[in-house]
Amino acid sequence: MDFWFSEQHTKDVKLSIRVDKQVYSGRSDLQRIDVFDTPAFGRMLVLDGYLMLTEKDEFIYHEMIVHTPMAVHPHVKNVLVIGAGDGGAVRELTRYPDIERIDLAEIDGQVIEVSKKYLPFTACKLDDPRVHIYIEDGLKFVRRKKGEYDLIIVDSTDPFGPGEGLFSREFYGNCFKALKEDGIMVNQHESPFYEQDALAMQRAHKRIIESFPFSRIYQAHIPTYPSGHWLFGFSTKKYHPLRDLDEERWNARKIACRYYTTTLHRGAFYLPAYVEEMLQDVEQEH
Amino acid sequence: MDRKAQERAPIYEALEKFGKMRVVPFDVPGHKRGRGNPELVRLLGEKCVSMDVNSMKPLDNLCHPVSVIRDAERLAADAFGAENAFLMVGGTTSAVQSMVMSVVQAGEKIILPRNVHRSVMGALVLCGAVPVYVNPECDARLGIPLGMSLRQLEETIARTPDAKAVLVNNPTYYGICSDLRAIVKLAHEHDLLVIADEAHGTHLYFGEGLPVSAMAAGADMAAVSMHKSGGSLTQSSLLLAGPRVNGDHVRQIINLTQTTSASYLLLSSLDISRRNLSLRGKEAFAEVVALADYAREEINDIGGYYAYSKELINGDSIFDFDRTKLSVHTLDIGLAGIEVYDILRDEYDIQIEFGDLGNILAYLSIGDRKRDVERLVSALSEIRRLYAKDKTGLMENEYIPPDVAVTPQFAFYAPKRSLPLDETEGMICSEFVMCYPPGIPILAPGERVTKKILDYIRYAKEKGCQMTGPEDANIERLNVIVKN
Repeated sequence: MDFWFSEQHTKDVKLSIRVDKQVYSGRSDLQRIDVFDTPAFGRMLVLDGYLMLTEKDEFIYHEMIVHTPMAVHPHVKNVLVIGAGDGGAVRELTRYPDIERIDLAEIDGQVIEVSKKYLPFTACKLDDPRVHIYIEDGLKFVRRKKGEYDLIIVDSTDPFGPGEGLFSREFYGNCFKALKEDGIMVNQHESPFYEQDALAMQRAHKRIIESFPFSRIYQAHIPTYPSGHWLFGFSTKKYHPLRDLDEERWNARKIACRYYTTTLHRGAFYLPAYVEEMLQDVEQEH
Repeated sequence: MDRKAQERAPIYEALEKFGKMRVVPFDVPGHKRGRGNPELVRLLGEKCVSMDVNSMKPLDNLCHPVSVIRDAERLAADAFGAENAFLMVGGTTSAVQSMVMSVVQAGEKIILPRNVHRSVMGALVLCGAVPVYVNPECDARLGIPLGMSLRQLEETIARTPDAKAVLVNNPTYYGICSDLRAIVKLAHEHDLLVIADEAHGTHLYFGEGLPVSAMAAGADMAAVSMHKSGGSLTQSSLLLAGPRVNGDHVRQIINLTQTTSASYLLLSSLDISRRNLSLRGKEAFAEVVALADYAREEINDIGGYYAYSKELINGDSIFDFDRTKLSVHTLDIGLAGIEVYDILRDEYDIQIEFGDLGNILAYLSIGDRKRDVERLVSALSEIRRLYAKDKTGLMENEYIPPDVAVTPQFAFYAPKRSLPLDETEGMICSEFVMCYPPGIPILAPGERVTKKILDYIRYAKEKGCQMTGPEDANIERLNVIVKN
C-alpha cells in the first residue's frame, strides 16, 4: 500500500511523508483535524491539510519559542500562550518552577481534546495546576488584558484560516497593551524563503514594528515546515534579546534541551543577508 | 409563500441547460464566451464569462418577460409578499427611479424626508415632480436623521392636499425605521400611495424579529437592494409593487431607462439569492442579528464608542431599529466617524461601509464570520488606545432644513453659472452636493445655498469625506442659477 500525506508548500512544491496509519480524523466548528502515524516523523498533527507538528521535530519549534525569551527576561511569572492547543509550548514553560501562571487561549477546543488523547508528547503538561485554558479567539482574549503578562507567546497557525487575526496590527497592538512594561512577545513568524510565505513574514514584521518599539527576528531549522527555514519574532518593551541574555543564569537552571543552547541563542539572531534585506525593506517604509 | 415552489430558480436552471446545449454564438456579446478576451477570462474565470450571454428564446427577455424571467419574477413576488416583482439590473438607483416615476409625473407633488438617497432626487430631475419635505427629527446626541414622524407627516399632508405619494426610507442607512403601518394607513386614507426605499432592507422580508417590511406594512411599492443584505451581485436589485399599482404600467416606466441587454450574471444572481433567502433566510439573518448584537456588546465594552440598537426606540421617529445594522457613534473618543473609517482602512486593512461626521457603519451580512468581527472590535479598541483625543472642536451632524426655491428639474436645466463656493451664499444651487457614502444630498438642485451649508461642506471636506455631485470635482466652485 502506498499511503502518503502531501502538503503543498507552494503551487509548484510539495512535501510528502509516508503514512503508516491515520489515527484520527474529525471536523471541529473551525477546521478539519487529522492525526497520522508516520515511519519517518512519528505521530503528526494536521489542521485543514497543513502540517502543524510532528513527534520527531516539534522539539525544535517549542524549545526555540519558549527558551529564547525565558533566557532573556529575568523574572517571568505570568505567561500568556495564544494558539498552541497541542500543548508543546506549555510543556516547555512548565519546566520553569518560578512561572506562576500560564494562560492558554486556544480558539478550537477540539484541538486540545485531540492533543490530549493522541499527542501525549506535547499535551502532557496541559493539566499542570498553573495552566488555565481558555477556549477563545486569542484576539478577543487579549483585548481585555492590560499590563498583565511578562511574556506572550503567539504560537499561531498560518496567516489564513482561523489564525489570520493573529497576524493583524490590532492583535499585536493588543498584545503590547496586555504586556507589563518590561514584557516580551514572541511569535511564530513564518518562513522567508517561498514568495507567499515571505510576503506574510514581511507583513507580520511590518504590523509588529507599528506596535512595538523594538523587534528582532530569530531563526531555526525545522525540517517539516516549508523550506525548513523558520523564523520567530522577538518583540520587546525593555530587554534586548542579546545584550540582556543571561547565559549563566539560564544554564544554572539545568534545563536539558536538544536544540536550544545559549550559544545557539546568539547565533539564531544572525540572519542570512537576504532575510535582513527583506526586513530592512519593511523597516524603511515604517 | 409556496415553499416548495421557492426551491426552483428558473433563470439559473435555464442558464445551466443552455450551457449544455453548446450553441454556436453569432450574436452579442462579442467576446463569444470569452474567446475574444482571454485576459478577461483569466480574471473572471471561464464559467463566469460563458454565462454572460444575450437575451434569447430559451433565456427570455427582461424587457418583455414571458418565460423563465417571468417565472422568476413571480417567485420573487411570492417570496416578498408582493403583487408584482421586477428584476432590476441598473442598481437600486434604477429601481428607486422607476418607482418614483411610476407614482408621480411633472408638476405632481411627492412627500419625502430630506435624507433620501440621491437616486430619488435624480428621479425628480427626470420626471419633474415637486418634492415636499417632511422635516426629519434629528437625534441630538448621535447627529443622525431619524425616521418619519407620523405627526409631521399629518401636518405635511394637511399642507399639501394635492400630493400624490409619500416616500419612506425603510430602514435608513443607520437602521432607523418609521411606523410604516401607520404611515400607510394615514396615506391611504388621503389617497396617497406609499413607496419605500428599501435599499437597506432586503433582510426585513426574511428575518424574524426585525422591523416590518414595506410589503407587509401594506406599502404600494418598494425598491429592494438584493445586492446589499440579500447576497446577489452588485447592481442587481428588485422593484416590488402591491395590488394598488398597475404592474404593466410599472414595466413600461422601467423600460424607459433600463438596458435592453440585461446581464444574465445579475439576473441569475437575483434568482439564486431569492431562492436562498426563501429557503434559508430566517436562520441566516438570525445569525447576522446575533453577530451584530455580539459586536455591539463588545464595542460598547471598550468604552467611548456607542454602538446603538433598540434602546433608541421612541415610538415615533424611531419606531423600530434594524439590529443587523452595526452603527457606531465615535465622537466621544474625539474622532469623527470618517476619521475612524480612514484609520480602519489605512492602518488595519478593514473596510467598513461608511463614516460620517459622528458615526461609522459596518455592514454585516450573511457572509460574515465571527473572527472578522473580532478583528473589527479589536481594531476599534486599538484606535481608541492610540488615537483618542479631546472631542472639542468636532462638528456634529446636524439636520439643515432645505430651502426649496424651484423644482429640481427646473433648476437642473436652468441657465447657470459657476461661482467660487464662498460667493454662492443665497444663490439657488443647480446641482447636487453630497458626501459619499451614504450619498444623501447636502444640496439638491433648486435649493438655496446657506451659510450653514457652506460651513458643513468645508468641514466635511477637511475631515476627508468624499464629496461628489458638482461638475467641479474639487467642490471649490458650484453651479448656481442665473438670476432673471
